[in-house]
Amino acid sequence: MAPLLELKGITKRFPGVLANDHIDLTLEKGEIHALLGENGAGKTTLMNILYGLYSPDEGEIFVNGQKVAIQGPTDAIKAGIGMVHQHFMLIPVFTVTENIMLGEEDVKVGGFLDRKKAAQKIMRISDQYKLNINPNAYIRDLPVGAQQRVEIVKILFREAEILIMDEPSAVLTPQEVDELFKIMRILVDQGKSIIFITHKLREVMDCADRITVIRGGKVVGSTTPKEADTKKLAAMMVGREVELKVKKTKAKPGNAILQVEDLKVLNNQEQFAVDGVSFEVREGEVLGIAGVQGNGQTELVRALTGLLTPAEGKIKILGKDTTKEKPRFITELGSAHIPEDRQKDGLILAFPVSENLVLNSYQHEPFSKGIRLQFDEIDRNGKQLVDKFDIRTPGINTPVSNLSGGNQQKVIVAREFSRPIKLLIASQPTRGLDVGSIEYIHKRVMEKRDAGCAILLVSTELDEIIQLSDRIAVMYRGKILDILNIEDASKEILGLLMAGIKPSEEMKHKVTKEEQLITT
Amino acid sequence: MEKQKQVQKKQSATAIFFEELSKSSGLVTFLAILTGILISGLLVAFTTVEVYQAFSVSFWGGIKEIVKTAWSTYSTLFMGAFGNPKDIVAAFQGGDALTIRRAINPFFESLVQATPYIFAGLSVALGFRVGLFNIGAEGQIFIGALTATYAGYAITGLPAFIHIPLAMLAGALGGAIWGFVPGFLKAKTGAHEVIITIMMNYIAFKFTDFMINGPMQDPNEYTPKTPWIQESAQLTHLFADPIRFHIGFFIALGVAYLVYWLLFKTTWGFELRTVGSNPNGARYAGINTTKSTVIAMSLAGSLAGMAGANEVLGLNFRLVPSFSSGYGFDSIALALLGKNHPLGVVLSALLFGFLRNGSRQMQLKAGVPIDIVSILQALILAFIAAPAIIRTIYRLKKPDIEEEGVRVSGWGGK
Ligand SMILES: Nc1ncnc2c1ncn2[C@@H]1O[C@H](COP(=O)(O)OP(=O)(O)OP(=O)(O)O)[C@@H](O)[C@H]1O
Ligand SMILES: [Mg+2]
Repeated sequence: MAPLLELKGITKRFPGVLANDHIDLTLEKGEIHALLGENGAGKTTLMNILYGLYSPDEGEIFVNGQKVAIQGPTDAIKAGIGMVHQHFMLIPVFTVTENIMLGEEDVKVGGFLDRKKAAQKIMRISDQYKLNINPNAYIRDLPVGAQQRVEIVKILFREAEILIMDEPSAVLTPQEVDELFKIMRILVDQGKSIIFITHKLREVMDCADRITVIRGGKVVGSTTPKEADTKKLAAMMVGREVELKVKKTKAKPGNAILQVEDLKVLNNQEQFAVDGVSFEVREGEVLGIAGVQGNGQTELVRALTGLLTPAEGKIKILGKDTTKEKPRFITELGSAHIPEDRQKDGLILAFPVSENLVLNSYQHEPFSKGIRLQFDEIDRNGKQLVDKFDIRTPGINTPVSNLSGGNQQKVIVAREFSRPIKLLIASQPTRGLDVGSIEYIHKRVMEKRDAGCAILLVSTELDEIIQLSDRIAVMYRGKILDILNIEDASKEILGLLMAGIKPSEEMKHKVTKEEQLITT
Repeated sequence: MEKQKQVQKKQSATAIFFEELSKSSGLVTFLAILTGILISGLLVAFTTVEVYQAFSVSFWGGIKEIVKTAWSTYSTLFMGAFGNPKDIVAAFQGGDALTIRRAINPFFESLVQATPYIFAGLSVALGFRVGLFNIGAEGQIFIGALTATYAGYAITGLPAFIHIPLAMLAGALGGAIWGFVPGFLKAKTGAHEVIITIMMNYIAFKFTDFMINGPMQDPNEYTPKTPWIQESAQLTHLFADPIRFHIGFFIALGVAYLVYWLLFKTTWGFELRTVGSNPNGARYAGINTTKSTVIAMSLAGSLAGMAGANEVLGLNFRLVPSFSSGYGFDSIALALLGKNHPLGVVLSALLFGFLRNGSRQMQLKAGVPIDIVSILQALILAFIAAPAIIRTIYRLKKPDIEEEGVRVSGWGGK
């Protein structure tokens, strides 16, 4: 029998890049097929072609052995292909039902929308696949994980057999990721098939049935979790051996660079998202902030970087009171910020790479003289950073929006690391990056630390926190429950703290001994 | 499909050329203009009695009549905008200066009409670049005209090379104040600039009326009019009558270049464009978005104000109540047509100038209502705003633009 889906010789060129180079891929019914590859390898492009967002320059697509011409998403949906986009396509002020009904003609009765019928169908789908969706909830009230499930329902609502998921786990908390994998299993058990993209090798090992690795737009190999291990996969992706763990020397902390005293910050709903937090970060150390997303980390970082004015408390950077200062002042003091949402805060998508690389230094020589921008210097800087940080782009004048997700992240990292900084505030610095780039950025972070930079690392990746931090603060409901030295931290203790439970002294002691070997 | 692909591979240079072009918006713009012209032509034809009469006789006669009507409409439009080529040739052969001036006047008159469009179009385009919707250009034009008039007649004894710039600047300043207010309100209170600028328009209209009827009325006149501006403030006319072409056109081009330079070559422009493209990103980058909003609206106002100044100092030489141009409203469309780029604005201002000037002739000679030009402009814009229509009609390939998701984070929270 013919496989469910077959891609043959898919080729796609963009000006200056061969994004897909004769890619063959087959998807069997009822399997989870993981697509792995470095940043810019061409995964998203391939999926966009499958979903009809791009038209391929060459190649053919077969569904159930039948050749299909996919000119747009409508054709894709007709062929039973649905896509969960990394950036959700939902309208926050609409309910789940309304969002799902958008553009769905079948639910019309005599020109009117039959909400009830749609809601019933949503309930049925939600029950069948254990998606736990309330059709009447407003999107804006749902956590990210639930929004993603709404996207899944939306696809199933349109009777999709093949689900495409582009980095579905990148925006989720570890708990949500586990849930997602359970749902994916239920889906394939009931006969659906899934292609999913991720950069997290462990996820691939945990949940894929088959793995295809793409590099430089070409398929470099196909394997299964049984045959492969993470090291091997990493090597396949990047084309060389990758050290999955950075070597870390003991920190030699110096003076306090960032001091936070009893900080309280309000969120949009006028609640204390940060509720009395105190800590300091010293020269030459990494303070990790662990915690489930949504426990005040976002607001904390925004307050520290001047994007939000705290309600109470005090922030000092390099001895200066910056509690009420603007971002420019804080940046000029020598503080760098890698924002959590790269497209919202960190980049001007429509601007070229080179201009994004001077986004917060354009006002200084050599990038400008007086009010005149010096494009020679801006370009020179752009070329240099693109080389140094291995940003895959056709050129420095390409708009950042044309870069792959991971390469967009690299633009931010390159910009922030290339300035003379004394404090680095990094939120999810490696979100969406491939293992090679993570390795690179982790090494740079360690270099910065050893050069005396104070680093505040906010990450929901526990592994990342444990690997890089010298001390770990755990945030829960706007408060820091505890700050542990890395020697005293273990996944188990951190897990408890993240759930809001303070472990007993005795337990701390016990776990420390057992797990210390693993973490260092 | 298999065969189709083969054929595609062997595509000729022309096919590739078109494919490449189709990715640029220039072709879409051009085709939008063309399609607009075609459809408006049909509209004219179907509102003409003769066409129906001809159809009642025979079908082909009807078709012929349609072509004839459309042709005569557009040829008068063309001649109204550029002059009648035959007349021009004849005039130059005759050698009489006045006849020559008369023959070439339509072309220069179109440039005269295009001049305020350039200023006002730049105003709206600058606003758009910073993410602001300046509906207030019309009001800013009025205030600019008012202040320029005042500087034009109240200040005496200056040489022209000082008085002209001074009066222009007075117009710019008046417009700037009118732009500053909505900018300030938006920045400080979040009041939407669309509403405020619309309100400011009404205030500007009434305020101008009041000034002409009262404080600024010429005491020697019974009807409300301001005094004539000093000769030293008048924008130099470059030809003798009836050609009204004056240096305002070159000032406008100069200002367009200045706006281009400011937007794309300076740190200020970088900040403004950043704010316009991604306000969150701008804040992150340490740009003062409040300040940028105020500056942008003030600058936009000053540009529109110059349009008003240009009209008074270059053409009318005094302000009368009927001073109502409509330039400000047209320029919103114009800026969009010009892709909010100064060069694009100049080009579409020229187009609008030609259309506006040509349409008068069309009304006079072909008896076609002037409104058809508004319809034409509207159609062109509709097609530009919805490039998908144009792409479908002409089977153009859709450009590879990454589909932008609705970003939840960008919506709910401010
Ligand atoms: N719309 C576009 N215009 C031009 N180039 C593009 C466009 N979209 C993608 N590219 C280029 O194609 C290549 C593949 O990009 P793609 O987004 O498919 O990578 P990816 O494998 O998904 O990477 P990541 O893991 O970083 O998301 C990149 O070099 C990218 O710069
Ligand atoms: Mg991608």
